[in-house]
Amino acid sequence: MTALQIIFLISAGVILVSAVMVVTTRNMVHAALWLVATLFGVAVIFAVLEAGFLAVVQVVIYIGAIAIMFIFAVMLTSREMRDKGPQMNQRAWLAGIVGVLIFGSLVLLLSTWDGFNVLPSAIGDTDTLKLLGNALLQPSAYLLPFEVASVLLLAALVGAVYVASNRN
Amino acid sequence: MIPLSWFLLLSAALFSIGLFGVMARKNAVAILLSVELMLNSVNINLVAFWRYGNIAQMSGQVFAIIVFAVAAAEVAVGLALVISVYRRFNTVVADEIDLMKW
Amino acid sequence: MTTEQILWLLPLPPLLAFVIIILVTNRWKALSFSIAVGAAAISWIGSMVVFARSTVVVEFGKTIFQSDIPWLPTGDSFLKIGVMADPLTVVTLFFVAWTVLMIFIYSIGYHNFGKPKGDHDRKGLQPHGATVKDEHGHEHTEMSIEPMFSRFFAFIGLFAFGMYTLVVSDNLLTLFVGWEIMGLCSYLLIGFWYAKPSARSAAIKAFMTTRVGDVFMLLGVVYLYTMTGTLSYRDIFYNPAVLHELSTTMTPVGISVASAIAILIFIGIVGKSAQWPLHVWLPDAMEGPTPVSAMIHAATMVSAGVYLAIRIYPLASAGGSLHQLTPAMLAMGLIGGFTALFAATIALAQNDIKKVLAYSTISQLGFMIAALGIGAYVAAVFHLVTHAFFKALLFLGSGSVIHGVEHGALHTGDHVDPQNMFNMGGLRKKMPITFWTFLIGGFALSGFPFITAGFWSKDEILADAFATGQWVIFFTLVFAATLTAFYTMRQITLTFLGEPRSKAAEHARETPWTMTLPLVILAVFAIAVGWVGIPESLTAGLIPNWFHGFVGGTLLEHPEALKFSFVPMLVSILISLGGLGLGWLVYRRVKTGDIDPLVRPFGPIYTLLKNKWYFDEFYAFFVVKPVIWLSEVFTSLWMDRIVIDGILNAFGVLTGRLGHAFRNYFDAPVVNGFGDFVGEGTKWIGRSSAPKIQRGRIQGYMIASMTVIIILAAVFAYFFLV
Repeated sequence: MTALQIIFLISAGVILVSAVMVVTTRNMVHAALWLVATLFGVAVIFAVLEAGFLAVVQVVIYIGAIAIMFIFAVMLTSREMRDKGPQMNQRAWLAGIVGVLIFGSLVLLLSTWDGFNVLPSAIGDTDTLKLLGNALLQPSAYLLPFEVASVLLLAALVGAVYVASNRN
Repeated sequence: MIPLSWFLLLSAALFSIGLFGVMARKNAVAILLSVELMLNSVNINLVAFWRYGNIAQMSGQVFAIIVFAVAAAEVAVGLALVISVYRRFNTVVADEIDLMKW
Repeated sequence: MTTEQILWLLPLPPLLAFVIIILVTNRWKALSFSIAVGAAAISWIGSMVVFARSTVVVEFGKTIFQSDIPWLPTGDSFLKIGVMADPLTVVTLFFVAWTVLMIFIYSIGYHNFGKPKGDHDRKGLQPHGATVKDEHGHEHTEMSIEPMFSRFFAFIGLFAFGMYTLVVSDNLLTLFVGWEIMGLCSYLLIGFWYAKPSARSAAIKAFMTTRVGDVFMLLGVVYLYTMTGTLSYRDIFYNPAVLHELSTTMTPVGISVASAIAILIFIGIVGKSAQWPLHVWLPDAMEGPTPVSAMIHAATMVSAGVYLAIRIYPLASAGGSLHQLTPAMLAMGLIGGFTALFAATIALAQNDIKKVLAYSTISQLGFMIAALGIGAYVAAVFHLVTHAFFKALLFLGSGSVIHGVEHGALHTGDHVDPQNMFNMGGLRKKMPITFWTFLIGGFALSGFPFITAGFWSKDEILADAFATGQWVIFFTLVFAATLTAFYTMRQITLTFLGEPRSKAAEHARETPWTMTLPLVILAVFAIAVGWVGIPESLTAGLIPNWFHGFVGGTLLEHPEALKFSFVPMLVSILISLGGLGLGWLVYRRVKTGDIDPLVRPFGPIYTLLKNKWYFDEFYAFFVVKPVIWLSEVFTSLWMDRIVIDGILNAFGVLTGRLGHAFRNYFDAPVVNGFGDFVGEGTKWIGRSSAPKIQRGRIQGYMIASMTVIIILAAVFAYFFLV
């Protein structure tokens, strides 16, 4: 058991537990905070995967922006901090079964794949960040999706402002 | 060395949990939270495949970045909608927003 | 123009007259009769030319005028039709042309051309008279013009076409064509006044009765064709090989083929020439106008029957001789002789002037047929020719008488039957021309010695019967001739002599020249035409018997002039004068209102004769009634309406029921039901399940879709991965 594996296991545990808490907590603010924990865990996983840039971006954007947005939304949409009544709907049991089944089928499916247990190749001296930058900004690479994503964000921005505005 | 299967299992589990949340929670905002979980599981998957595949091929990471952007956009619009619906119907319980029923 | 061309064209003018009058000139009476008389005159000229040319031909009969065309393709040869002029044709043409022309001219006056339109006249009824005012303002009724004037001329034109076709044809097929056309015209003309029920019935009766005969005749013609492959006279009747062949081949019934054919054709002649037993139509045919009676039922159509008999004589006599009669000749002799006597007896008791003449015609035709039956070929032809002239004369004369009495009846308002002889009398003074011509005709009929034509022809028949030793025929014909003279004088006495027995007869008037001129011309012939046939022995060879020599050439071998004996001639003179005298004696004192002097002495026999031996009633019961039953009940009701229509209606009903069943038991429940079921089912599914599925809740949808994905993935995994 290498150090990397241990780190991975701890992070995985954090992620899963936090995720379960997200979907089961009654208190919405708690749910949002548990989400933050999950997102931290995911950032660590990214680091383990030697995608450092992504780990940072994860923290900054997901936690810094999205999770905060959630908290705002929670605050704006509940009279009290605590929901009344059960927070699972009637079909929760069915959802549970379905979830388990989905997990099971995914695992089954993946396990039949050859490369399921493959080990990583060494990164060596490749500058992955440089490569990422190149990939994002080269017209022959992924410039267009990058720019389109910008446009998408713009559209989302405009749309969200419009939808959420108080029209009287 | 961590086999790829660990990462894949992790992301599958996270995805299933998120799916469960989407289907089971009453609160609309909670549903959106669960959607974020699912998106994160996808990201893990993408990066893992990048790492365990051809490292020179950046498409895994690029895809993950795009997913970030899309998730952000989606959250923004989704929450705006939830707020708008909350203003109109005065509730965020998903079951109560059923105008499109038969 | 060659004689053959003339022969081809002879039937044409009357046909054209018919077509033109019917299509174009129906409205204009003068134009119509001019066209008709003109056509008859043209054909008359043609016939005279042919006759003249024929008389100068040496050995005419062996050499003839003939022209034919191949007409009907039959396998690898043709059935030929054409025209021919041999001695028999030529003499027939002679009397046909003359009598037809005379009758056409007569018809102008008979139908009262120039007289005013009648008061109540209608097409289809006899004209009834018109009221005219003369210069004193005095009103009286006059004879009116026939409403269907032009139509009459068209019909007699068509009739003349038929007769000419029959006479000039050189084969049995076109003869049959002419035969049938005349039959049609007979029907049309007997029923000319079609609004009269008796005329309609008479027309049908005539047609039907002759039709019975025609069926057998056609059988005979077909039989002949089958045996010989030809229908031309020259190839059969002038061909010894064919005649021999036919007379020696035997039919299953024991008579030769020749006789069988001859008998079959003879049955047709029996119908057409009104011999017993198919005689019943001729007296009824007197319903037609008198020119019709004269032309069709005296001079031409009934003569056509005898003409045909004379034509087939070689066939009928093939295989036999004058002393060994063939079955066909025997049949002819018996029927002819019987009819001659039978009809003469009926004529004794008839009061209608035309009916007497009708039965007289039947009787005289019987003479001719009997003559053929005993082998008196030339005599038969001779009598045919003379009879045509004097019978036409007599009929036209009777028409004139009827017109005169009718005029008197209209004038005085005394509406008696103008055809009943007992209403006449004393017309000798009122209608002299009619009287003298009628007298000549009557004497000719009776065989008044030496002067009249009838004497020579009738005498020749009796002489031939005597010379060949046919005693039955001889005595039958002698008796019939006596009766003929008697009833003829009866007719003349009652009509013309004595005093008028009715007001109508008192005021009778002579008829116009269009009617009396033909009478005079025919009277000339009634006297003169006999002189061409005086037996040679009588004139000690000074005057050759031209007729015998000429007509005898028609046959392969000239018939021998039989041994002359004075006996038959004396008998003829005796019975003729005796009959005439007796008739005058008995009837000269009949007064107004008297009944026939023969009624009391003969009693029931008289009634029998007057009622024509009850043959009409016999036929009505035994023939007409069963046929009517057959057609009305058996065929029309049972077979047609009940069986056939029943089956058809059943089909209709069945189809209807089938359709209904299909509709009610299959189409509506199954087909419609299925369609409705699908629709209703879908609606039911939607209505029942949709509210449950579509709640409007997204999470529910999501669960559902995830479930389906799992299922699909499982299926996919199962099939494609394992």
